[in-house]
Amino acid sequence: MTTPHKKRRAAFLLGNEAVVEGALAAGCTFYAGYPITPSTEIMESMARRLPRMPEGVFLQMEDEIASMGAVIGASLAGRKAMTATSGPGFSLLQEQIGYAAMTETPLVVVTVMRGGASTGLPTNPGQGDVQQARWGAHGDHPILVLSACDVPECLEMTVVAFNFAEKYRSPVILLLDEVTAHTREKIELPEPGDFEIFSRMTPAMPPEWYKPYEESLRGVPPMPPLGAGYRFHVTGLTHDPCGFPTSKPEEVRAMVERQFRKIDRFFHDIQLVTLVEADDADVLVIAYGCVARSARLAVQQAREAGVHAGLLILKTLFPFPRMHVEKRLRACRLVVVPELNMGQISREVKRVNEGLTTVRTINRIDGQMITPSQILKEIT
Amino acid sequence: MAEVTQLIHQYLRHNKKFPLVFCPGCGHGIVLGALVRSVHALMLSKDEVVLVAGIGCSGRIAAYVDFNTVHATHGRALTLATGIKMANPALTVITVMGDGDALSIGGNHLIHAARRNIGVTALILNNFIYGMTGGQCSPTTPPGAYSHTCPRGQLESAFDIVELTKAAGANSVSRGTVFHVKALDRLLTTALARPGFNVVEALTPCFTQYGRGNGFKNVVEMFHWLKEAAVPRDAYAALEDPSGRIPIGTFVDRGLPGLETRYAAMRQELREQRGGGA
Repeated sequence: MTTPHKKRRAAFLLGNEAVVEGALAAGCTFYAGYPITPSTEIMESMARRLPRMPEGVFLQMEDEIASMGAVIGASLAGRKAMTATSGPGFSLLQEQIGYAAMTETPLVVVTVMRGGASTGLPTNPGQGDVQQARWGAHGDHPILVLSACDVPECLEMTVVAFNFAEKYRSPVILLLDEVTAHTREKIELPEPGDFEIFSRMTPAMPPEWYKPYEESLRGVPPMPPLGAGYRFHVTGLTHDPCGFPTSKPEEVRAMVERQFRKIDRFFHDIQLVTLVEADDADVLVIAYGCVARSARLAVQQAREAGVHAGLLILKTLFPFPRMHVEKRLRACRLVVVPELNMGQISREVKRVNEGLTTVRTINRIDGQMITPSQILKEIT
Repeated sequence: MAEVTQLIHQYLRHNKKFPLVFCPGCGHGIVLGALVRSVHALMLSKDEVVLVAGIGCSGRIAAYVDFNTVHATHGRALTLATGIKMANPALTVITVMGDGDALSIGGNHLIHAARRNIGVTALILNNFIYGMTGGQCSPTTPPGAYSHTCPRGQLESAFDIVELTKAAGANSVSRGTVFHVKALDRLLTTALARPGFNVVEALTPCFTQYGRGNGFKNVVEMFHWLKEAAVPRDAYAALEDPSGRIPIGTFVDRGLPGLETRYAAMRQELREQRGGGA
């Protein structure tokens, strides 16, 4: 991806700082947040960077609920907007993540997972918010959940998160963990043109023809910014194609089905994984976040010991990359799912597995990393 | 009448299913009228007005007016409005909230919007009760008043919206009633034209959920009560016994620049420091 003649800028960044680089590369001009460990560096970095941009806005709000409201408002007004938080703050976002899903408002939420429920282990890693990311907001709604396992990937996946949000008019959650967010690594800073950047489709028709939630082949309606002449109604109530509240069963069904379909039709685009030595593997580790790094070493050591081990790193957590996982479940005699929770992604793997192969889990909830040797023991 | 009809055609959504959801005798329609007349008086274009409403009876106002309308989550209208105004300061952003919406679930957002002095006009429809959920007490239900959740009379004291938002730093704060319609129009028109965070409290009767349970025989009695109880601010200050009376008018008007203006100035300053917009 580099041109040989041009010297690229490198930097030694935290995962959290790489998120900011990714967001700015993706066109983010609005951040609203509330301080919380271990995500605060994202907020502090945004506070320095955004006011230096012509239209950049950074807001420290009174709580996470308000942060999410401001992000939704900014997105409705046409901005690419995000917030970042961690465990307890993530719970406070859920009400309005549901509103964003219902109103199909593009935005990005980064949540850096720490250990434990409640205040838990604020400075230790955990992966306990995986199912909350999928099902935290009430009611049936589609949502996209992504993950990253190292600093360059924090940058890349933040760009992907914004692209998905804009393409599919959906809230997108990027789930990091404390270790990934606080690891400092050398990365190449992006130059304009490195990434393909998507922006939401705006209506091409005149305002009087525009229906904000009209059915279409793609299922993603175009979205004008507030104030551009398309005066429409945005509501968290179930609504008809014109955006007005409805409780007619046929209109409600059509709305919900379209919201799911706009995601379901594009699984091939959305479901991202990284495969390491997986082609001839008969033992496979499925991991994400910081655990994937331990798994990478474990698989390498297992290979050295003569085991046909492989690794599947989940970059998309939801919609769960079934097509990638199922193929490997068919080919392997053993699948091991290590994670820093009591079994939140292994639940998805087992759901897909349906008896195809043996699925074992490694669960650690004491605020410490899963070590390569812990994984190695299970796969050799 | 022809003028009213013209305003209706110009500002209400003809493709929205009428009649309004409000009960007979509800004052919300009068506030809706005041809102439309104020926007018209200021000659704002419908495209530049964003109306953000919360949840409750007042929240339903948003669907009927032909502006950019956002029917937000309960209590959060001001948070969305803050994002919208900061993202596009050229827009005229108005929030419509009820008393439960603005002061109970949204109380934190209200005081912080006032402290921040964000360029938004907050229209608060105070009917002393949770109407849409069927008549529960709100933070403005007067002590001793009855509701389904205080059947023995309200034991807690009530928030004074004017004093609260004034203390929190709102740029301008005023109170009117739906009986004093001309005054309400004037208060709202003035607030919309001012910079920063402006609060307009509109007292509006809810006979269905509040009046019936609190000794009012009909809606007309409630309007009589508003007529009698409301006293202009200065006359109120001169009253020997102000009990049972409610001051109306404008209580503070600081005219300070809104957050979006101060933010833009900071950005400009940064640009100049860095030498001409690099």
